[in-house]
Amino acid sequence: MVTREDVEHVALLGRLELTDEEKEIYARQLNELLGHFRALQRLDTDNVQPTAHVLPLNNVYREDWVGQHMPREDALANCPDRDENYFKVPRIV
Amino acid sequence: MSHYETVIGLEVHVELKTRSKIFCDSTTEFGGEPNTHLCPVCLGLPGVLPVVNKRVVEYAIRAALALNCQIAGFTKFDRKNYYYPDMPKNYQISQYDLPIARHGYLDIEVNNEVRRIGITRLHMEEDTGKLVHQGTITSTPYSLVDYNRAGVPLVEIVSEPDLRSPEEARAFMEKLKTIIQYTGVSDCKMEEGSLRCDANISLRPAGSGQLGTKTEIKNLNSFKALYRALSYEVERQTGILSKGGRILQETRTWDEEKGVTLPLRSKEYAHDYRYFPDPDLVPLVIDPEWVEDIRNSLPELPDARRERYMQEYGLPAYDAGILTSTKELADFFESCLSAYPNPKAVSNWVMGELSRLLNASGMDITACKIKPSQLGSLLQLIDEGTISGKIAKTVFEEMFASGKDPGDIIEEKGLVQISDVNTLMTVVAEVLASNPKSVEDFRSGRERALGFLVGQVMKATRGKANPEMVNRLLKEKLLQEKL
Repeated sequence: MVTREDVEHVALLGRLELTDEEKEIYARQLNELLGHFRALQRLDTDNVQPTAHVLPLNNVYREDWVGQHMPREDALANCPDRDENYFKVPRIV
Repeated sequence: MSHYETVIGLEVHVELKTRSKIFCDSTTEFGGEPNTHLCPVCLGLPGVLPVVNKRVVEYAIRAALALNCQIAGFTKFDRKNYYYPDMPKNYQISQYDLPIARHGYLDIEVNNEVRRIGITRLHMEEDTGKLVHQGTITSTPYSLVDYNRAGVPLVEIVSEPDLRSPEEARAFMEKLKTIIQYTGVSDCKMEEGSLRCDANISLRPAGSGQLGTKTEIKNLNSFKALYRALSYEVERQTGILSKGGRILQETRTWDEEKGVTLPLRSKEYAHDYRYFPDPDLVPLVIDPEWVEDIRNSLPELPDARRERYMQEYGLPAYDAGILTSTKELADFFESCLSAYPNPKAVSNWVMGELSRLLNASGMDITACKIKPSQLGSLLQLIDEGTISGKIAKTVFEEMFASGKDPGDIIEEKGLVQISDVNTLMTVVAEVLASNPKSVEDFRSGRERALGFLVGQVMKATRGKANPEMVNRLLKEKLLQEKL
């Protein structure tokens, strides 16, 4: 059962600002979603290996070579705020 | 007298010395201009796909084997989600429930007691970018980010909570560093951040089997910081518990200047990473033959090498421990032995004069100008009587500064030992003539006067006189004239 507190917790983790009304809506919608998973959980999966990936592939490697770097101006082009050659971000802690 | 037992576990991050990053071909080079070692993959731009660098997997296996771990047959990467701008993607690619290695150990020695410390797991992940704060992390108005380091390959090594004191924690880190350096997968330079650690620490009543509430300490950038921060934390937690208080489970940061740990606000550090398998990366199936090839390519590791130095060379445990503390020093020592096969003599010079000069100049052995064969020649010259042991130290200092051959230095500076009887007799006579008081002292039974007279002869010859001959000649002369 997803509670309003769960919604607030998840919203904090994703840095989403929600109104009281939205919290109610999302709690209800997330509960409906969980309902679908409960249906899946009724399946007997005792003899099924957990899926690590949906593609039938493994061991895709690259060799240890250095290639081209982006021009710094391109790298910084889309950042909302910068200070000379750095990305500038709000204080975190 | 504390009735609490300290319980410490470490999470150690080791940067791997590959050329390119773990999931893209940007360089791993340290210290470039900010934000110049980037490509769309490590910058997390939309539509890119990471691909694993094979050498990272090889190095992780190599480190894990050296730490006595079991290598997984099947392993995968997961996303660790968190809200912190040190990764441009807002998640870090790491390994969660199927790490590449588990169940290892290493042995440490503290107060002459060997203790085996468990290693829970070793996993691969990408390093984060670097945040530059104005002042401290808790007072900065904003932060600047350099993503050059984002995507540099790391292994994280998690110890069991087997450590019982700050001393043991430091010994564990030192040992881990030595072993990893031997394997050649990392430089392990704490000052450049290629070896870092976080510590979990809690106290419990002595004898209790349960774990107390722990704190996690970050920002431990040196062995000294690790030791001091843990010692501080033992005291802080002891203070709270002995007053009947409770420890708050939280993340704290070490403030080097103030010498205290301070809480980082816990809400934003919520350990709710919502791991899930990274759909951009397919799993790895590790071929056991590959693992065996890597195992066979490991060098002799420090414990085995130390043991061999004691058995084969007859060196004391202490000497053997120091000589094998880095692979480079041990290699240097053994190269010296091929030029001069007397382990104890070579060991004395390496641990004495050489270490002294290296420490004084803040250098390590890799930067040393003296070649092993040159130290061998020097020791030979002492044996042959060309120079005295005392002069050899002067020659050695010159070798250390210039990298010249000892023979050339001796010739240039005219340091050849004087072993000619006539020359020495002249000096001895002069010294006796100008020190009648000491001569008298010796004759009235004060043996110590002889030492002074030897010193005067050495001084007059600027240290070049053969000390044994001087000793003998002085005695002869003093006794003769007594008759």
